[in-house]
Amino acid sequence: MPETATPFWLDRQDLQQLIEALQAAGHRVVGPQVRDAAVVYDDLPAATALPHGLIDEQDGGWYRLIEQALAGPFDHVAGPHSLKNFLFPPRETIQQWRREEGSWRQVNEQAIPVPLAVIGPRACDLRALAIQDQVFLEGEYVDPFYRTRRERLFIVAVNCRRAAATCFCHSMGCGPEVTIGHDLLLTPVCERFVVEIGSAAGATVAAELAAGRLPCTTADLAAAREVSRELAAAMASRPMTPVRPHAQVAPTALPIAGPQPRPVPAHRSLDTENIRDLLFDNLEHDRWAEVAERCLACGNCTMVCPTCFCSSVTEVAELSGDNVSRERHWASCFTAEHGQMHGANARPTTAARYRQWLTHKLAGWIDQFGSSGCTGCGRCITWCPVGIDLTEEVAAIRETSS
Amino acid sequence: MSWSVGTATAAAPAAGPIPPWEYAQATIAALHDDAPGVRSYALAIDEPHRNRLVASLPGQFNMLYLPGIGEAAISIASPPGEHPVLHTVRAVGNVTKHLAGMRVGDDLLIRGPYGRHWPLEELVGADLIIAAGGVGLASVRAAVCQAANHRDHFGRVAVLFGAKSPDDLFYQSDIAAWRAAGIAVELIVDQDTSGWDGPVGFVPQLLRDQPVVAATAVITCGPEVMMRALATAAFGRGLPPERFWLSMERNMHCAAGFCGLCQFGPEFVCKDGPVFRHDRISRYLEVPQL
Repeated sequence: MPETATPFWLDRQDLQQLIEALQAAGHRVVGPQVRDAAVVYDDLPAATALPHGLIDEQDGGWYRLIEQALAGPFDHVAGPHSLKNFLFPPRETIQQWRREEGSWRQVNEQAIPVPLAVIGPRACDLRALAIQDQVFLEGEYVDPFYRTRRERLFIVAVNCRRAAATCFCHSMGCGPEVTIGHDLLLTPVCERFVVEIGSAAGATVAAELAAGRLPCTTADLAAAREVSRELAAAMASRPMTPVRPHAQVAPTALPIAGPQPRPVPAHRSLDTENIRDLLFDNLEHDRWAEVAERCLACGNCTMVCPTCFCSSVTEVAELSGDNVSRERHWASCFTAEHGQMHGANARPTTAARYRQWLTHKLAGWIDQFGSSGCTGCGRCITWCPVGIDLTEEVAAIRETSS
Repeated sequence: MSWSVGTATAAAPAAGPIPPWEYAQATIAALHDDAPGVRSYALAIDEPHRNRLVASLPGQFNMLYLPGIGEAAISIASPPGEHPVLHTVRAVGNVTKHLAGMRVGDDLLIRGPYGRHWPLEELVGADLIIAAGGVGLASVRAAVCQAANHRDHFGRVAVLFGAKSPDDLFYQSDIAAWRAAGIAVELIVDQDTSGWDGPVGFVPQLLRDQPVVAATAVITCGPEVMMRALATAAFGRGLPPERFWLSMERNMHCAAGFCGLCQFGPEFVCKDGPVFRHDRISRYLEVPQL
């Protein structure tokens, strides 16, 4: 093993040097920051911009940042953004056409993107990345736009040391411990980080960063592993969410402005045993109509989901009509556009659209790509305006499976 | 391209998967008005992609792109090896209506071929029932032409074709050629019109007069409700679902399994279909609004 592959300690106040090492290697550096009262990914000007001293409280339809003096820069968990926002952006130009002497010519001006380094992805995010790789790179066809960005991605992953009530990566086999897919890995131990190297690119950046720092001992690494082990044990022993009968979860009144009393957060877990057949055997279960009474079909869950990949292509023409751009943007199975055919809509109801989303994510995905499309990150629960919880919907169907 | 019987024919042409979003220039070489709202376009394909587009298999589709207007998935009506490539299109959407306003000599863009084909190579020796409703006849045309050109490779071959009115029964010169080649062609309309002395009703009722035996295989393209009724009728006559193939239609933007819009249960209609063997999707066909 080369000298640079040795794990080393990085002090919290030295994160700036990590950013500078990534910039020196030619990367645009992106990391978690607070925007509009949520932790999102954005260009990281300095380590001081990281969300130091904040944790996030999450539950169905609920996200609040809370100040906590002892919290480090990564003690929040999944926010509304994921790596998807960068590798498969919400909107991008995929082609440009120009009419010359009556014929259409493709304008080949696809800029090579600047290599991107993202600080902060968790185990669930790396699993989501592997899933999106399957969709865009590993099938019968390869998406050239995703590939160009993916080949230039550097990941500084972070091990979680707390979980939100919406987190259930442990039951999806995706976390909480980062094991693959990172270039560098930070594990917070007290007020320092154990830095481990996961790739040749990671070793190159680490070579400079590690100079003069304390190498980790076997005991130090064991302490890092213990962070994930303790969290996994804590997640597994949390009380489960009770399945609420439909009458209790139907919206009764508009929310009142001002502080709302919060119930004790429910803890999520998803029983994945035989889940493909469970869902495909219950395509006409009453629960789809029930959830449709609560679902607003807003599509938030598909936007924040780190694996949802549906898109549509829109023509953007100049007034002359001689210059045309084609924009690919995220699509959602909750919209009418998704199932539109001439003269008919394949899925005209919210019940059919919710069923499409859930059965694709948890069942059809297994046929298509060999694994679940869910990583247990819980974003769809948090960002659902009415707090619909897929773990609860699956449990309800399982309890009353026909 | 020669029609080699009994050899394994890959779902995609031998060159391997085609890059998504790679277009060929095409010029409208000829137009033919087939029926009210239905027109055939013979497209001359520019090099360097001509061979790839001409090497389609019956039942596959191309994406036709009109910059500034949009893109549409259209079945390939011409048999393998034929150039210009033939597309028969009903003007029902934004792209197809715009296409209907184009003239001979106009240019458009095309990419393909995409999707799974009618498995004729598996059906050598079979009795074929090829059933189509409306413009669905276009997506079985290449298969019928193959059967006509290689008549001795199949047993009894029948085409069952239904449309709204006698005026909508297009491909009349093809139908005459198919009959001359020893293919039975049965026609039906669902709105009686003066001068029509044939049967009135829907395609599945034409099945009643067709023998359904162990050697029978059905391939069909048309409205989903028609294909479902045909399947019910065929299975009622003892045809196993493993001998029934249908071509599905869904919204489609990429044709390569990325856009996700064409999903039908766990299937991507673009790359797992559009041609499916019935038993693969039986359980999903039974569910409304899937």
